[in-house]
Amino acid sequence: MSTATRSLPRTIGAHAILLTYTVIALFPVIIVIMNSFKSRAGIFGAPLTPPTPKTFDLIGYTTVIGQGDFIHYFQNSLVVTVASLFFVLLFGAMAAFALSEYRFRGNTMMGLYLALGIMIPIRLGTVAILQLMVASGLVNTLTALILVYTAQGLPLAVFILSEFMKQVSDDLKNAGRIDGLSEYTIFFRLVLPLVRPSMATVAVFTMIPIWNDLWFPLILAPSEETKTVTLGAQLFLGQFVTNWNAILAALSLAIMPVLILYVIFSRQLIRGITSGAVK
Amino acid sequence: MGSLNIENVKKAFGPVEVLKGINLEVTDGEFVVFVGPSGCGKSTLLRVIAGLEDSTSGRVVIDGEDVSATPPAKRGIAMVFQTYALYPHLTVKNNMGLGLKQAGTPAAEIERRIGIASSMLSLEPYLSRRPAELSGGQRQRVAIGRAVVREPKLFLFDEPLSNLDAALRVNTRLEIAQLHRRLKATMIYVTHDQVEAMTLADKIVVLNAGRIEQIGGPMELYNSPANEFVAGFIGSPKMNFVDGARLGETAKTIGVRPEHLTVDPKSGTWKGTVVHAEHLGADTNLYLDCEKAGLITVRIFGVYNAEPGATLYATPDPAKTYRFGADGKVLK
Repeated sequence: MSTATRSLPRTIGAHAILLTYTVIALFPVIIVIMNSFKSRAGIFGAPLTPPTPKTFDLIGYTTVIGQGDFIHYFQNSLVVTVASLFFVLLFGAMAAFALSEYRFRGNTMMGLYLALGIMIPIRLGTVAILQLMVASGLVNTLTALILVYTAQGLPLAVFILSEFMKQVSDDLKNAGRIDGLSEYTIFFRLVLPLVRPSMATVAVFTMIPIWNDLWFPLILAPSEETKTVTLGAQLFLGQFVTNWNAILAALSLAIMPVLILYVIFSRQLIRGITSGAVK
Repeated sequence: MGSLNIENVKKAFGPVEVLKGINLEVTDGEFVVFVGPSGCGKSTLLRVIAGLEDSTSGRVVIDGEDVSATPPAKRGIAMVFQTYALYPHLTVKNNMGLGLKQAGTPAAEIERRIGIASSMLSLEPYLSRRPAELSGGQRQRVAIGRAVVREPKLFLFDEPLSNLDAALRVNTRLEIAQLHRRLKATMIYVTHDQVEAMTLADKIVVLNAGRIEQIGGPMELYNSPANEFVAGFIGSPKMNFVDGARLGETAKTIGVRPEHLTVDPKSGTWKGTVVHAEHLGADTNLYLDCEKAGLITVRIFGVYNAEPGATLYATPDPAKTYRFGADGKVLK
């Protein structure tokens, strides 16, 4: 069934490479989820086998839900991630629009300055950030985390979005201006829907490091009320005894929300309403 | 209502001067076409008139009112863009009505105007569709309709036909001409295509490198071009330019249009060899390599059989030969 564009060996080769990669990428995740449904003896006896009726045990999940305020940690993580994501996308898109749309003195320098954060890790400034948060009384608040994550996500967002905003047809924006739309309406109603796929890309890249971060919650907001899921999972990690059932269950649960958000955004990645706007 | 005055408008982007002092007067109801090669500043001039670009100096006066500091929406203009620029999230009807809605026009009035415009452009069946569900020609008609409903003092067209295929271009050109006749509105139209300019315009403004080369009616430009640039730009195929010195003339350059040359196999002014022949049915374009005049184009009406390599004599019509001075201007 070899045709002009497809040959059997090449198809098999491509699929073999992709499948190998998929297996490698999914292996740790599957091991975690599999073992989270097993008893302690099951986990240590045969870590690579799926749960059997003999080893099946929900002890991990009952521990997680019973002990520690896990629902609350989840809520914290979700609030921090969603709020940071919202601000990153909003401010990032606005800055990108200004950089790509308006001619002003120092435009290029401003763009470079805003992109500088991509090269310098925000963790280098941890001490200063902590001092700042202490001085402003924001330690042990979710606001502190949201502010830091917004700052962390903005450089990449501005960088990627301004490239995409440049591609939005000038004619469309000018048509809006002639029809009397304000610059805000042009931004929110005309430009943003057209860069939605790139917004989704930025959202995915911003969201995952925030959700998984342990560093800043540990330093800025370690209190019981403001713990995030990743920090909460440390509860079961003792110096001498580690409750593996609970940790694996907590990690499995932590994957869920981020997976849901990813699915939402990846739908946007595929969909594009650009067609028909221009040309 | 609908006159336009441009007084000494200059526009510079940093050190680059795009418009170098434009003066132009457009009277009510005129169809004016800006034409010129790409980069000549014609689109920039249109954008300055629309208010999408601020001029560096000079005034734009619409209907006796200086609008140099007025935002585009308040200038009483409507613009049709090359890329249609329809709002992708709105239906055809809302696309047309958005400008009026923003201006606070009552719904009944919007409805009435959309009705008139859509029947004029036969867009009624598509009113509830989105731009993505329309063909290129239909989209451009919607864009024109969006301009019509605003009942502007001034219509601005920025190369509206460039994205359409050849057949649609001719149809839409005809529609724009009819629209102008029906609305009797002032229209300003930018194009790089001299055929569009010649067929649509009451008045053509030929621009080159930020300056106006000549303003005049289509036939005026064709019959008495002011300089070498206009002579070469208007007319297709392009006018032949021959170095005056090679012909023993006092003028720097001699210009003659391909259609004002006759050929004869036996005798004539310029002896040459046929390089290539283009047979178009209605006429034939011959490319001759002449001993004295160099490579020239001859346009013969009807069919003319000439093989490459054959020797032919070309004779220019002395009454329709142009003589240009060293500065490019026509010598009277």
